[in-house]
Order: sequence, then C-alpha cells, then structure tokens
Amino acid sequence: MNKAKNELHDLQKQIELWAKGYGLDFFETIFELIDAKHLNEIAAYGGFPTRYPHWRFGMIYDSLSKGYEYGLQKIYELVINNDPCYAYLMNSNTLVDQKIVIAHVYGHCDFFKNNQFFKHTHRKMIDEMANHASRIRQYGELYGIDEVENFIDLCLSLENLIDVHTPSRKGHDILEFLIQKAPLEEWQRETLIMLRDEAYYFLPQGQTKIMNEGWASFWHSKILTEKALQDIDIVDFADHHSATLATQPGQINPYKLGIEIYRDIEERWNTGRFGKEYEECDDIEFKRHWDKKLGKGLEKIFQVRKLYNDVTFIDEFLTSELCEKLKLFVYAYNKRNGTYEIVDRDTRKVKDKLLFSLTNFGQPMISVTEDNFEGKGVLLLTHAHYGVDLKLLEAKETLERVQKIWKQTVCLTTEKNTAKNPSKKRKHSRSL
Amino acid sequence: MIHKIERDYYRFKDIIKGRIKQNLKKYITKGELIGAQGKNLISIPLPQVDIPKFRYGQEQMGGVGQGEGKVGTVLGKGGQEAQEGTSQAGNMPGEHALEVEVSLEELANMMAEELDLPRIQPKGHGVVSTSANRYSTIRTSGTESLRHFKRTYKEALKRQIAHGEYNPDDPNVVPIKRDKRYRFWKPTPRPEYNAAIIYIMDVSGSMGDEQKEIVRIESFWIDTWLRSQYDNITCRYIIHDAQAKEVDQNTFYHTRESGGTLISSAYKMAKTLIDTEYPSEDWNIYLFHFSDGDNWSGEDTKLCIDLLKYHLFPRANLFCYGQVESRYGSGQFIKDLREAFPQEEKIVTSKIDDKDAIYKSIKEFLGKGR
Repeated sequence: MNKAKNELHDLQKQIELWAKGYGLDFFETIFELIDAKHLNEIAAYGGFPTRYPHWRFGMIYDSLSKGYEYGLQKIYELVINNDPCYAYLMNSNTLVDQKIVIAHVYGHCDFFKNNQFFKHTHRKMIDEMANHASRIRQYGELYGIDEVENFIDLCLSLENLIDVHTPSRKGHDILEFLIQKAPLEEWQRETLIMLRDEAYYFLPQGQTKIMNEGWASFWHSKILTEKALQDIDIVDFADHHSATLATQPGQINPYKLGIEIYRDIEERWNTGRFGKEYEECDDIEFKRHWDKKLGKGLEKIFQVRKLYNDVTFIDEFLTSELCEKLKLFVYAYNKRNGTYEIVDRDTRKVKDKLLFSLTNFGQPMISVTEDNFEGKGVLLLTHAHYGVDLKLLEAKETLERVQKIWKQTVCLTTEKNTAKNPSKKRKHSRSL
Repeated sequence: MIHKIERDYYRFKDIIKGRIKQNLKKYITKGELIGAQGKNLISIPLPQVDIPKFRYGQEQMGGVGQGEGKVGTVLGKGGQEAQEGTSQAGNMPGEHALEVEVSLEELANMMAEELDLPRIQPKGHGVVSTSANRYSTIRTSGTESLRHFKRTYKEALKRQIAHGEYNPDDPNVVPIKRDKRYRFWKPTPRPEYNAAIIYIMDVSGSMGDEQKEIVRIESFWIDTWLRSQYDNITCRYIIHDAQAKEVDQNTFYHTRESGGTLISSAYKMAKTLIDTEYPSEDWNIYLFHFSDGDNWSGEDTKLCIDLLKYHLFPRANLFCYGQVESRYGSGQFIKDLREAFPQEEKIVTSKIDDKDAIYKSIKEFLGKGR
C-alpha cells in the first residue's frame, strides 16, 4: 500500500513538473486516493467532501453507486476549483489510468485559475461549503429538519434563475431579487443567500464544460504521449483515451468537441490559416498547402482558454471545415413518426443550434418585469422566447412554488422574439 | 468509516417509498439506468425525484449530434422526455432499454434492501462444496467460447506494434496463440447449507379467497428470500381443517374445505415430517403457519402449545404464525400464542389485516436473521 502510494506521489511530482514545463499554471494541487464509495459520495456532493444535508445528494449517490456496481460507469477522478485545488483519484485505477487522470487534473486546475469566468469564484469554497452545511444543520435543529429541507426544495425550483452576465442585468438575477424583496423569515433569507452563492460558484463550470474538458484532454494527451508514457503503456493509454473521447450519434461529447477545437486552433495559428488574407484566398490548392510558419499555436490556445466561454469559443472557432470533419449535425423530433432524426448538416444551422443550447447555460431566459403588477403586489416574470417553448406543465408547477416564496400571485408572460428581428415582440400572457 | 451521504441516501429512499415528504410524491419519475452487458441492453430501475424548474421541452428543442447518417436517419425513439439536468453528458434522446427479467436472486436482494432484512446465519456445519462460479480471472489457456475478446486484441496489438508489424493504414490485428486470453473462474468454496420450509395453512370454511391470496403473496416472498440464503431448499405444504394432510404447492393455495378446525392435527404432522425426514442437526427448519385464528376448542389449543414447546421449537430455527383477518374467525389463536410464549425467541407472531400489511409482516418474520 505504502509502496504504491509513494510510487504515485513520485509520479504526481513528475507530472506536475512536466505540466509546468508546458506553461500550465495552477494553484497547489493536493491529491487524495480514495475508494469507489467515497468517490461516489464526493461526486454526489458536486465534488465537495461536505455539503448541507439534503435528500437530492442521496439521490445522485444512489444513481452513481448503482451505475458503478453494474459496471455502467466509473468515475476516475474529481477535481475542485479551490485554492489549493483538491483532486480525488479512485484507488482502483491502474497506473496508466492514474498517469492520465493526474495530467488531466492539472489541465483543469490551470483552467480554473486562469479562465476569466472563474475569476470571481470563491477560492475557499471547500470551507464555505462546510460553513453552509453547519449553518443549515443548525437551522434544522432550530426550526425542524423537514421545515428547512422543504424550503430548500422550493429554492431548488429556482436555482437556475440567475444571471450569466456581469454586472448583472436588472431583474435577471431572480434569486437576488427574492432575497431582497420576498417576505422571508431570517433563516430562510440566509438559506437562500447560501444557495445563490453556491449556484454562482457552479455557474462558470456550466458555461465552460466543452472548453474545460477539452483543455484537460488536450493536456493529458500531450503530456502522456510526449512525456509520461512508457512503451508498455501505449495500448492501455489509447484504450482509455479513446473511451473518453468516444461519441454517440445523439449527443455531443464535450471532451471530444473541445479537444478537436483546441487542436484545430493550434494548427491554424501554427500555419497562419486565419485572418482576411486566408479567408479571401480562393485558390483551393494554394490554401491546402498554406503554411506561414507562424508557430503561434500554443500561444493562441493559452489565450483562448483565458478569454472565452463555450458560447464564444464555439461561435468563433468552430469553422465549417471542422464542422464537416467532426460530422456534426442537427437533429429534431419528428412528430409523425415519434422519432428523433437528423435534419441538417449545414454548418450555420449546426452552429446556431449548438449556440442556442449553450446560451444562458442551456436554461430558459426568465426575468422579473414587475413586482407590483397592476398595483396588487403581483410578481410578473417574463420568459424571453427564442423559438422553443417551456415545458408548460412543469412551468406551472414551478410558478406555484415561486408563489410559496413570494406569498402572492405570480404571473409568467411570454415575450416572443424572432431572432431576425428582435425589436418586433408579441406578448402572450399566462397567469395562475 | 461512516459515510455522511448515507443520511441523505436513506432520506431519499424514504421519499421514494412514500414514508416522508408526501408533497414530493408527484415529482417521482420512473428513471432507469441503461447499459450494455455483453450484447444485451439492461435496464436498472432508478426512481428519481424531479423538482420542477423552468426548462425547455426536449422534443421542440432537438439538438446537435455527431456521427454518420443522412438527413432523415433516425437516431432514436421519442416518447418519454429524457432527463436533463445533473449529468451534462445528457441522455441520447429516446434511448430505449430492453426490459430484462430480474432474477429471483436479484428480486430477493431488492426485497431485502427494501425491508432491511439481515442475512441469515445458518446453523449446522455446512458441507463444503464448490459452487459460486464467477468468471473472475483471466488465463492464457482455455476454451474458445470463453475467449476474452478485448484482452486478446490488446495483447495482439501490443505484440504487432512491438515487432513493427502494425500498419495504422491497414490495421489488421490477428491474434496468435500466445496473445489469447480466456476468462476463467476461480471456484470459490463455500459451505452449503440446507433448509426445509414447512408451510401450514388453515383451509377451513372461514378462510376465503382474499385470505388465501394474502398467504400466497406472503409465502412467495418468504420463499424467495430463503432461497437466496440457502443452497438447498425443500418446501413441504400442509393444509388442515379438522384433519391435516400433506399436499403439493398448487393444492396448498387453491383448496378450500368446509370443515371445522383442529390446528393440532397440522402440528402433529409437521412434527412427524421433521422427525422422519429433516433431522435438525443437518437442516435449518422453518415453519410458517397461516390461519384466521379460529380453533375448535381451548383443549386443542393447549395441545398445540405443548406440541410447539416440546417438539417444534427445539428443532426449528423459526416458527412463524401469521394470522389473516377474516370476517368469520374469532382471531383468538394469536392471543393464546402470545400469552403462552411471552419470552420465546423461536416464535414470531404477526397479524396481517390486509395486503398492505404483508410487507410489515415479512419484516417481522425475517427481521431477526435466524
């Protein structure tokens, strides 16, 4: 056991040096080797060793441990955005697995530290989460466990109603609005403040899933193939790596899409295949051999990982050529057959669809329009509609739950926006 | 190490079972985990509580995918909206699982988990046998049907790369004899224990179809559980009114007699069975008796109590008496038993008022792990 631990420690030190040698820049990273049960627990807690008591963590744990037990899924590693970074490795990983995941972790740690959307995240979140846990436990003792948990259940219906913009736009941070204006008990207000803090802590991870996983995969692949692998490891590495990047027809694998875009950027900035001159060149043969020997590939991707999020990353760097190479397509539901079918391979459409599903971290855009609608204390929420409806029944249930917090009538209105002409708006009201 | 998550886990389970927080009941969805085992897709039930939020409907949303296919190529069936949320990987729209038959052993484990049943500690020595064959190791020799494809392929690939015979443009990987890897099981010796279950049921006129249905369901679950705990199980069935007779399983559940009731007749028959066929040194013996609690006379009840005390308890692991509610029965027998054996560990009595009470009753019977 100790021998294995020492071996792993040496390996980690070595990989850390290589990572730094490539220019990766991260907080001190502490690795812990834990068993499957413990890893599933931490994963259920969103990566943290301690969270406040709540049944939904148990629900996620149930799903993770069943998946593991039946051999359907396995978590190799978990890493937390914190200073120092904490990384948890599964103790049953083979040595090759450990090499891959340690290198992968350093990629994530670099991303956490340097991507601008993480700039304002709490870097002592492990402590903060533990504080939240102990305060909510205390509320449970004072006001009753069921009472406190029921209130948290209500808040969870709203946890996606936060604003991705900084500084935030008026009315878009609905959690903040309720903290300020809703008639809440003091402990409820404090609880909502904590849940909002946690939602904002997790937000940048939701906004950079493709970039972050792509970045970590890019670096594990580079560090392993250039430095860490021994001959005997190659086949096992290829096996693990290709499983991580495997795609299925009906979904996007963020690891795969991310790494491909970074590699494409690296290649384009190494050869100078960008900018006006390149775009406007119509000699296909000439373009094929285009190489200005710029060698700025690595520099460029380091800059990209600092300044972009998934939306801007896809928008700017998913080229038509890459779209075709990756065989991306749009699928839609066919009502007549009750099936999902491929409907388009046009690059523009693929990008539009992809961007739509990433905008506002994939959540509908809902904001507070009035808090004293018609002078009756009615809370009016507006859904900015860009072509896709809300699930209506669920929206109704959600409204009922917002009403329990607002304690007066809550209405939702739909503001229809046509992408081509955003100024032309039609209104559909729906109230409870 | 005690895991903190267990508190959340049990609370979640309690919600799913409807024990707490009934207000969440309407949000319970019938989720499932889908996976491939070999060539088959398997579905593992995974109920979830889905807190409502403002979200997009998936059918109208559609999405972006990656891979081969022309416009019009079908990716999967719609129907149940795929779960969004926690897992970013996301479900493929309309991914469908084949229902798999759950084996009885899995069923037993599921029930045991539901009821928190303890594993039974069998008595007796147990004959050591070699069972529990699991393909747990890999060897370099074996029969072709047990060849491990992936391990063999990897070995062949490694060898070809090492010898410079691998051509990425024409990746032909042909295993030779020394590449081949085979699944192999380690026989895990474990002691084998035997159990005999003797089911006794009152089939006198007062036991109606509803009562028998309860007995049938309850004994099915008991049977399933005990079978998962023992290697060898033998079941015997005794019915009685004023007279006892041994019958087969089918008759046991479907016979209805009109006569009076002498419970002692059945206990005597059980005693004879044990004496002649199931010496208690070699057998774990379970007796389950179901009745509506009517006996012919106090005299016969006294005889029953003596039979239990001197003949059945000393030989059995457990004697369980389940009394089903009947319009006609007096329900006296359970009171008599409880009065006669206030301290006796071998007996468990349980009142089963209706079908809903079956769960509780099974737990009472088997909850002690004997």
